[in-house]
Amino acid sequence: MSECIKVGMADLKVCISPDSVTTLGLGSCVGIAIRDPITKIGGLAHVMLPDSGAIRNNTNVYKFADTGIEELVVQMEKAGAKRNRMVAKIAGGAQMFSFQNKTDLVRVGDRNVEASKKKLKELGIPILAEDTGLNFGRTVIFYPESGDYVIRAVGKEERVI
Amino acid sequence: MGEISLESMSEQYYDVLKEIGNIGAGNATTALAQMLQCKVDMKVPQVKLLDFSEVGAMMGGEEQIMAGIYLCVEGDITGSIMFLLRKDAAKHLVSKLMGMELPGEDFDEIGTSALKEIGNIITGAYLNSLSSLTNLKIFPSVPDLTIDMAGAILSVPAIEFGTLGDKILLIQTQFTDDCELDGYFILVPDLESYGKILGALGITF
Repeated sequence: MSECIKVGMADLKVCISPDSVTTLGLGSCVGIAIRDPITKIGGLAHVMLPDSGAIRNNTNVYKFADTGIEELVVQMEKAGAKRNRMVAKIAGGAQMFSFQNKTDLVRVGDRNVEASKKKLKELGIPILAEDTGLNFGRTVIFYPESGDYVIRAVGKEERVI
Repeated sequence: MGEISLESMSEQYYDVLKEIGNIGAGNATTALAQMLQCKVDMKVPQVKLLDFSEVGAMMGGEEQIMAGIYLCVEGDITGSIMFLLRKDAAKHLVSKLMGMELPGEDFDEIGTSALKEIGNIITGAYLNSLSSLTNLKIFPSVPDLTIDMAGAILSVPAIEFGTLGDKILLIQTQFTDDCELDGYFILVPDLESYGKILGALGITF
């Protein structure tokens, strides 16, 4: 029996095929799915904020794009995945409310996406596909077996990237 | 002024917030009753400090479709306030306000605008009581409305709380007219404003 492991907000999980990982209702947060196609080890990180360096209260490494992705890669390596084979797909980073705010917290979705891409590049992990931005929430499921990243949104057709 | 973290906030502070929540929700209920021209009851609000993961579950799961009304606050304190209610409850209120059943599954333009107005009045009543209790000037912005999964809407205040800590402060209110409606307030003042609110109420920390 395969299991679908749930990842909460500011959380990450690693799994091995045939298991899958999911996170429900991604808004401005970003879901970064990474996979090693040989060992079929996969993982999903649900990060909330772009940069751990910009905030004093940064003990929760899962919360930030930079430290969260790093931690995901480390945990996947511990499970037996090889970094040089890893590939990534990303989703989320929506702007849920349209009004203009002076603080750049409102653009946090975009900034989360940018920070995730930057970190993945730094780690040498290529991004195969993305479904980011716009103004709606997403539920995502990642299958390490095939690398399929299934994206569901309210009132929209299911997408696989 | 010392550092404030949500985790280390005192019992007394929760009592204050609960009281503000109570008065605010009371005002909101009166405003709602006037708008709908019927009797609306309210239960004592609950103030909860929750982990990010618990919030979605409390509202019926991260994928529960909710209406979220969000606005920014400026003046003596800065931050934002969100009012959430389930989509079916939102539809009920809008139908009642407009005196007719809404056609179809979704809100049309008039329905959306009516819902924004409901949110405006409810959050306005809440902020009014905060303002008159503390004597602080609070100016709300024009509200914006989104109907989506609870998790996605909540990511917005959660991210703002995320810069302070790993928890979110939620005020749950139950309104009853001819059916029960759960409404949730999330007030996100910045750190400095927390200090100002407490200071204005004469609380040292």
